[in-house]
Amino acid sequence: MNVAVAKTGNGRAVSDLFASAEGRLPGSPSVIAARREAFETYERLGLPHRRIEEWKYTDLRALVGEVLPLAAAPDAAALKRAADAVKAHAIAGARKLVLVDGVFAADLSDVKALAAEAGFRTLRETLEKDAGLLKTAATDAVIALNAAMATDGVVLGIADGVQLSAPIQIIHIATAPSASAFSRSQIVVGKGARATIIENFVAAGASAYQVSDAVLVTVGDNADVAHIRLMDDAPDAVNITSQFVTVGANTKLNVFNMTTGAAVSRLQGFITLAGEGSELSVNGVNLLQKTEHGDTTLVVDHAVPNCVSREVFRAVIDDRAHSVFQGRIIVRPDAQKTDGKMMIRALLLSDEAEADNKPELEIFADDVSCGHGATAGALDDTLLFYLKARGLPEKQAQALLIQAFVGEAIEQIADDDLREHVIGIAERWLERRS
Amino acid sequence: MALLEVKDLKVRVEEREILHGLTLTVNEGEIHAIMGPNGSGKSTLSHVIAGKPGYEVTDGQILFKGEDLLEMAPNERSAKGVFLAFQYPVEIPGVATMTFLRTALNAQRKARGESEYSTPDFLKKVREVSKSLNIPQDMLKRGVNVGFSGGEKKRNEVLQMALFEPSLCILDEMDSGLDIDALRIAADGVNALHSPKRAMVVITHYQRLLNYIVPDIVHVMSKGRVVKSGGKELALELEASGYAQFEDAA
Ligand SMILES: Nc1ncnc2c1ncn2[C@@H]1O[C@H](COP(=O)(O)OP(=O)(O)OP(=O)(O)O)[C@@H](O)[C@H]1O
Ligand SMILES: [Mg+2]
Repeated sequence: MNVAVAKTGNGRAVSDLFASAEGRLPGSPSVIAARREAFETYERLGLPHRRIEEWKYTDLRALVGEVLPLAAAPDAAALKRAADAVKAHAIAGARKLVLVDGVFAADLSDVKALAAEAGFRTLRETLEKDAGLLKTAATDAVIALNAAMATDGVVLGIADGVQLSAPIQIIHIATAPSASAFSRSQIVVGKGARATIIENFVAAGASAYQVSDAVLVTVGDNADVAHIRLMDDAPDAVNITSQFVTVGANTKLNVFNMTTGAAVSRLQGFITLAGEGSELSVNGVNLLQKTEHGDTTLVVDHAVPNCVSREVFRAVIDDRAHSVFQGRIIVRPDAQKTDGKMMIRALLLSDEAEADNKPELEIFADDVSCGHGATAGALDDTLLFYLKARGLPEKQAQALLIQAFVGEAIEQIADDDLREHVIGIAERWLERRS
Repeated sequence: MALLEVKDLKVRVEEREILHGLTLTVNEGEIHAIMGPNGSGKSTLSHVIAGKPGYEVTDGQILFKGEDLLEMAPNERSAKGVFLAFQYPVEIPGVATMTFLRTALNAQRKARGESEYSTPDFLKKVREVSKSLNIPQDMLKRGVNVGFSGGEKKRNEVLQMALFEPSLCILDEMDSGLDIDALRIAADGVNALHSPKRAMVVITHYQRLLNYIVPDIVHVMSKGRVVKSGGKELALELEASGYAQFEDAA
């Protein structure tokens, strides 16, 4: 068994991946040891496959096959492309932190402007001292692999009481074709602080690349946080991202995730409500076409009483694409008065489009109000005809109804500029439809 | 000149023939009224003219300005100047009325090779038209027809008609659900649009509407055919005696 999983499709030993990258991976000797340990976990488990329950619908062995070698440092031409991409995707007024092929690019970032309001270091810098940030409880191979290979990331600290005057925008740019980038970041928001953090994933002339990202988020008591992730990677890329979020008491956390790119993607979020009186809102949109496979898997863990969680997921699936939404709400025995609701709706634009929607409730407390629903269907012909009878061509009529369908999730973004930015990405997806 | 020519039209819905050879000619500048009992096929005719899917035309033809209408997609018909004010306008949640109006108007203009309206020009035009139809601006901020009362939905149809300036307007029971004042305002809107180049087909159950929109020709439809045509006095006759006399003719 070990031998079988330790070989990739073309027979190359997976350990080559680590061995060839090891010299370039940052960190003190103790960090390197931690990496090696994580890599051994990955080697032992191999890429997740359909017989692992959590990965049932996203068989990475079948969909991805092998992990590509670590991207080389970008050359001048790649950095120029990255700079153009930053311009194209920057949100007006936001403070940018840019990672090029998983490595922080200071020249493209607004470190100085940010420093006035938030603590910032790179992952690379923190790894010179200790391996703490590589440690995530991982029985999941992709998380272990990320720990072993993470080259860089942003480590953000927003102190207690700080109200950020502008959003922070983390832009992940891929410039290296047929290579992989591993990043890992930490965001700590202090008590009573207020922050908006946006993450973009985009390509700058790269294709067939792989992205592995991990984000560790801590939200302090009474904080107010919006966390938005917009994954618009190249149509033949792979993006596997894991988020670990711990939420304190009396907070407001608004999470929004949108997938508009990548041939194969998985976003797995693990959110723990660890303080009472918090309100969590998680909204997700998957826009998929061609043969894309997009998986959003979310676990919301109500560990304490008196929290509210709301999840609204929308998937629009065209051609032969495949959308997966797995949403689990766990209510621990102590978590009385939990109010947790989840609604998943899929819109199938073609007969060959596929949606796997799997809402799950695991409730161990008795005084709770929890519910979920999942629907899948096509566009309403009556509405389409009304629009066409008013002059809209088929594609445009569909586009209007698709925008209305995802609008319900996108509307949850409070900031006008940000919402427009997100709508712009969705519109470009609509224009790409054949 | 003939604007619309429906010739011996036979239409099936789900294997059942609804229109059994219907003929109707509407010339430029004319106002036609179509009356007829429930289920006689009036809405079916209007849907087939507008291009609604689900209807199978087994025989006959429809020409619009001499062109074969049945060959055209619904949006092409719209751009050519066919407009149907629906008996039952649908609600479209999440699509703002203003966005819808602008997208539709510009799509029609684009298809005709005309320039698109700029946002200020468009807003000005909508404001004028909605004012003349007594439609409050905040109604336009909502989703298309969402939460509109029955009468408001009908007024929104007339608003679109006034905005798009089509050459053939088919009004399917525009008067149902309108109160007396709203009826007069909507009828004024329709009359304002009337011109020597434009024709109206008014489908109604009530002679009352025809006091406001005075028809040149009244048709009686029964069981999928036009069974009688005449002047506006035919409507009064129907009001007095009902449809029984025509049921046999059909
Ligand atoms: N989709 C459908 N499936 C089956 N039968 C239909 C369908 N649409 C219409 N019909 C039938 O066709 C006939 C004509 O219907 P239509 O709606 O055209 O009548 P109408 O003259 O507009 O009636 P009303 O005055 O009540 O509006 C009716 O018997 C109706 O039941
Ligand atoms: Mg009818």
